[in-house]
Amino acid sequence: MTTEELIAARRAEPWREALRKSKKNKERMEIPRVKMNELDPEYRSHTRLEEVNLGLTKEQAMQEAQRCLDCPKPTCMQGCPVGIHIPTFVKNIERGEFLEAARILKETSALPAVCGRVCPQEKQCESQCIHLKTGKPAVAIGYLERFAADYERESGQISVPQIAQKKGIKIAVVGSGPGGLSFAGEMAKRGYDVTVFEALHEIGGVLKYGIPEFRLPNRIVDVEIDGLRKMGVDFEKDCIIGKTLSYDDLHEEGFKGIFVASGAGLPNFMNIPGENLVGVMSSNEYLTRVNLMDAADPDSDTPVIEGKCVAVIGGGNTAMDSVRTARRLGADRAIIVYRRSEEEMPARLEEVKHAKEEGVEFMTLHNPIEYIGDERGRVKEMRLQKMQLGEPDASGRRRPVPIEGAIETIKVDEVIVSVGVSPNPLIPHAFGGLEISKKGTIVVNEQTMRSSLPDVYAGGDIVRGGATVILAMGDGRKAAAAMDEAFQKM
Amino acid sequence: MNKIVSKEHFSANVVKLEVEAPLIARSRKAGHFVIVRVGEKGERIPLTIAGADTAKGTITLVVQAVGASSKKLCDLNVGDCLTDLVGPLGQATHVEKVGTVVCAGGGVGVAPLLPIAEAFHKAGNRVIVVLAARTKELVILEKEMRANSDEVIIMTDDGSYGTKGLVTNGVEAVIQREKVDQCVTVGPAIMMKFVAELTRKYEIPTIASLNTIMVDGTGMCGACRITVGGKTRFVCVEGPEFDAHQVDFGELLMRLGAYKNMEKK
Ligand SMILES: Cc1cc2nc3c(=O)[nH]c(=O)nc-3n(C[C@H](O)[C@H](O)[C@H](O)COP(=O)(O)OP(=O)(O)OC[C@H]3O[C@@H](n4cnc5c(N)ncnc54)[C@H](O)[C@@H]3O)c2cc1C
Ligand code: FES
Repeated sequence: MTTEELIAARRAEPWREALRKSKKNKERMEIPRVKMNELDPEYRSHTRLEEVNLGLTKEQAMQEAQRCLDCPKPTCMQGCPVGIHIPTFVKNIERGEFLEAARILKETSALPAVCGRVCPQEKQCESQCIHLKTGKPAVAIGYLERFAADYERESGQISVPQIAQKKGIKIAVVGSGPGGLSFAGEMAKRGYDVTVFEALHEIGGVLKYGIPEFRLPNRIVDVEIDGLRKMGVDFEKDCIIGKTLSYDDLHEEGFKGIFVASGAGLPNFMNIPGENLVGVMSSNEYLTRVNLMDAADPDSDTPVIEGKCVAVIGGGNTAMDSVRTARRLGADRAIIVYRRSEEEMPARLEEVKHAKEEGVEFMTLHNPIEYIGDERGRVKEMRLQKMQLGEPDASGRRRPVPIEGAIETIKVDEVIVSVGVSPNPLIPHAFGGLEISKKGTIVVNEQTMRSSLPDVYAGGDIVRGGATVILAMGDGRKAAAAMDEAFQKM
Repeated sequence: MNKIVSKEHFSANVVKLEVEAPLIARSRKAGHFVIVRVGEKGERIPLTIAGADTAKGTITLVVQAVGASSKKLCDLNVGDCLTDLVGPLGQATHVEKVGTVVCAGGGVGVAPLLPIAEAFHKAGNRVIVVLAARTKELVILEKEMRANSDEVIIMTDDGSYGTKGLVTNGVEAVIQREKVDQCVTVGPAIMMKFVAELTRKYEIPTIASLNTIMVDGTGMCGACRITVGGKTRFVCVEGPEFDAHQVDFGELLMRLGAYKNMEKK
């Protein structure tokens, strides 16, 4: 069956037809979009660990699901990088079959509870919703995804996928972020013996060390990891492929296939004067200290600078996570400094909204040109060049150009540089014969995710540069299908 | 995993630990380091690998109790396990036959210097080791150094052992006595800075092993960055050894003080 046929067949099921007829489209369209239940902004800007979004109630979710018109050609699905059967899961929520909704999500997404929280839905599924054509807000697909996944987890009735008969073939996964985890799950299901190697002392990649607790609680990621363990996936932490074990060592240990999902871990700096002053750091360092090392906990041995006036350079999700963390660690002023305007910011809309509610200041069209330190080498001021928008550049966004002579100095005691990451160079250096792009990413066949080394597949940020959780996951699934097929043919 | 199989006190504050780590023992080379964590709330601290026994599957770490985390590590006993141990990290020492090599070490820097001296010695170089300490009790690894070099010169601040004077006095004496082709220095930043200034005067190529603050040790955070030859380098992946004449030691000293007075109780 093709995807189109499956969509049509599911849509034609009697319960679904009845559900469609139960309410007129006009009525459905009159229901206002649900509002996410959230912690109070003033309260939450001082609480480090509590999740901001509280999720929808059953009633809210079922009502929101009614807004979906169950289109015959669901454009939302085209907006989803992994092609989740969106109307099918939404209609299951409408009729109260929440576990079935979760099952549909899991057909295509390994981590729905994660994606429901961190996907940029407004740029993906929700951007294609039919409601937008009539000037109404899109169905809250992301909230519904989160609702179904949370419902399943909290019900204690998590469906454990069926495991095919063991094949006795050993597969190694490099990196335990969303790419590695989804690949591991898919291969375990198919009966392979999967070992995931992780350099850090925690499993989860960016989901653990990067994205903060107030946006994605660790326990949610841990449930997914436990699920994989139950499926027989082995995790080896504190093991760096290319250092602790080489490519040849993996072969010697009997691994027949390798999936590399080592992420885009290398932080970029701007190379401007004063960037190495004490108090200036990458967002990776700041977030790793706070999230992975729990540095803000008085019992943790790891220190973190808790600035009172913190500037975060950049406009992406990482910048928003850093600036909101700074507020929570007690910054009186937490400022986003971004060289373009708010419209060009790559961060999810929700993060920008939440940041503003929490008292974060936005200095858009400003670019740092120098940091100035005190006599002990601690940053105390930054010089900012004011910008204006010029002609569109290669990315289609209007290029920021300096306004000559417009320079401002502001006082800061901590600066977090969040201007992007580069692919982790470890594996590209360690695997001889691997084809690498100019940008340092691993070159793969887009259909199979296979690299220039026949037994090495790759996906996620190491292939795409800094991308998203859902794309990394999608790559993992694709690679698993292709690697399995390659073994079948052997 | 990562069990401590032997422990020896070199001085009141310096212990040698032999730890089970078969994979690291097999793949490490002189100059490599590891990241260690003690306890679930523990910090990730970098330590140079002082030696390895591939047959036993162990590595040797020499630890000086300076802060809370290194003290925790020094307090562990035989049979205890490290919570986490990962490595080998960094680039191995570039070892070749150059002629005469002076290895200048101070304080706990003597431990990482040992495998480097050993490697240069094995490569057929004449190796002269200058060991510096405040006082006699703090001189460590003298016997091991003697076994892996042609000569060991001891310098103490108070003259209680060897010759009274600083490490630089010892190095300079050798330079004035014979032709030195290369110098390697490992120790406190301030000591390496003065060694670098001395050897620059005599135009002797010198490498320094930098002990920056680190978090992950895999190039992910940039906590370890330092300016070398005008460019920012990540010590954990590109180092820890760099051309000492190019290192901005002022910046290193400043960055090492980042969390001073912040250590938690
Ligand atoms: C702060 C932050 C916020 C973000 N917010 C969002 C968001 O809201 N929505 C969204 O969709 N995306 C977001 N992203 C991006 C998203 O997290 C990444 O695109 C995604 O995690 C990439 O997954 P991955 O599996 O490729 O790699 P990663 O999650 O980066 O995992 C790679 C793992 O591999 C390990 N590793 C690397 N090299 C080796 C080796 N040689 N041996 C063993 N292990 C190794 C690393 O330690 C790491 O744990 C965010 C990123 C950050 C940093
Ligand atoms: S310690 Fe994090 S990059 Fe070097």
